Amino acid sequence: MSGIAATGAITLRPAVAGTGGRALRRFLQQRMAVAGAVFLVLLVLGAIFAPWVAPHDPEEVFWDAVRTPPSAEFWLGTDEIGRDIVSRLIFGARVSLQIVFGAIAIALGVGATIGLVSGHVGGWLDDIVMRVADGLQAFPSLILALAVVAVLGPSVTNAMLAIALTNIPEFARLVRGQVLLLREQDYVQAARAIGASDLRIMAYHLWPSVVGSVVVYASLRTSGALLAESSLAFLGLGAAPPTPSWGQMLATSLSYLSDWWIGVFPGLTIFVAVLAFNFIGDGMRDAFDTRSR
Amino acid sequence: MGRYVLRRLLHLLPILFVVSFVVFAMLLLLPGDPTLTLLGDQATQAQRAALRHAMGFDQSIPVQYLRWLLRLLSGDFGRSLRTQEPVGEMLATRVPVTLELTVLSMVLSVAIGLPLGIVASLRRGRPTDVAIRVIGTSGIALPHFWAGILLIMLLSVRLGWLPPSGYVPIWVDPVANLRLMIMPCLMLGLSLSALILRQTRAAMLQALSEDYIRTARAKGASALRVVIRHALRNALIPIVSVIGLQFGALIGGVVITEMIFSLPGLGRMIIEGIFNRDFAPLQAAILFVVIGTMTVNLLTDLTYAALDKRVQL
Repeated sequence: MSGIAATGAITLRPAVAGTGGRALRRFLQQRMAVAGAVFLVLLVLGAIFAPWVAPHDPEEVFWDAVRTPPSAEFWLGTDEIGRDIVSRLIFGARVSLQIVFGAIAIALGVGATIGLVSGHVGGWLDDIVMRVADGLQAFPSLILALAVVAVLGPSVTNAMLAIALTNIPEFARLVRGQVLLLREQDYVQAARAIGASDLRIMAYHLWPSVVGSVVVYASLRTSGALLAESSLAFLGLGAAPPTPSWGQMLATSLSYLSDWWIGVFPGLTIFVAVLAFNFIGDGMRDAFDTRSR
Repeated sequence: MGRYVLRRLLHLLPILFVVSFVVFAMLLLLPGDPTLTLLGDQATQAQRAALRHAMGFDQSIPVQYLRWLLRLLSGDFGRSLRTQEPVGEMLATRVPVTLELTVLSMVLSVAIGLPLGIVASLRRGRPTDVAIRVIGTSGIALPHFWAGILLIMLLSVRLGWLPPSGYVPIWVDPVANLRLMIMPCLMLGLSLSALILRQTRAAMLQALSEDYIRTARAKGASALRVVIRHALRNALIPIVSVIGLQFGALIGGVVITEMIFSLPGLGRMIIEGIFNRDFAPLQAAILFVVIGTMTVNLLTDLTYAALDKRVQL
């Protein structure tokens, strides 16, 4: 829910070419952004090397240690059937990160393509695309995601597709808006005058100018995507058990409220990951936005 | 103003078309035979054929869509596949629950966010301001479903102050109803109140730095009058707009809130519809939620226009 705050008004400007090195330097100057990036890198590494990092098998059941509080053996305690919570959190990062990055990548690819074509071609096509985007955006994003999952059925891939769909309109709108500004620029007019094809203009003249702000916007959307993923998992519409996922662990905790560790740690993990994504997104925005400095 | 309202309403028409078509298309996109989903696997071939004909699945898509839309507009939302209950009656019992939840959440968010934001802006840079801003930043990032669980753990399990979940209609027992609604509303309104706080603080700081505040102070207006009458009045516009912008997110949170606190509202109706593959109530609930959100957005824009005479209508 909170990640959606960023979509209120998008005022990203086309990134200036050749600012990559400077942008990276500016990014590294921001403590919170760097902290977020460090956490994310650790999380990704933990997810990739989960079998070696996790102290236990995430699906191994310790019958004699059901719902034990945090201890030296089980750092964050065990869950309702005696599985190690910290191991499940580490493995749970796999599903969550996969869905978040997958969904944002799909939304970026599809949305940016639609925006490029719609803005470049213009006319009735542009009108239709924008009206459809308006219609999709009239849906609260979780409700649209639920509608998609209702049709396709719950699974990791479908959760990814559902979250991607909720993000496509805004990517398309962002790219289209910039293309509308760029296509009046002299260099685009010149390319058209010497007979460059539409495809060439879009790929070589328009895309390089919008890619910076698209990437920044993508990083701003990751926290919202993670919250959406956790929400779907919480509702039982993500990965099927016994595959561990943070949202589903949190949902289980509702039945074991007096054993605080079962609910506190998965929630804390989601909270910190959302914060990290937020800090990275804000840092990227500030690093690429040359005018606000 | 009249022309502005008319223009806004006309703008809504294509959006309504897309929204209704998307909800309608859920049936078209179902993998396999839709009658399998609608009737279950017990139905005979004859029943399937009859339903296919009744639903118009044997006709072209635009005809099917128009028939579906006309049926909805005439108030016929179909029946629940599972309980055989008319969907219209389900809506009648569930809409009030969700309405109370959202309205109370918004009221609570304003009641929490607005005063804290004003205090923070007046104490700018001092410890009070810093503390309030930390609360605000965490409130925005805190996943609301986790906040809900923490609230139950604290207020119900540990302290035993409030019942953990359940629902009593407000006209049956208002006190019991409110005791059950406090935690869901706090959870649902959490990030909205944090956003209102942030927006209020920023807008108040902006307004307090304007010349007319200095003028008002120079005239000898009391501190309270300056804050309420001069600064807050002008700061209200961005605050109202943040409420409108975030309403969609608030409604998205309704689903999980109703699941956690066992509230029989539209959100639960959606989830039950998904799990039971019961499409008539599912589609109706989704349509209601989206149209509700669109209505709130429209009202916000109109309030915005009414508040700010400078907005060109």
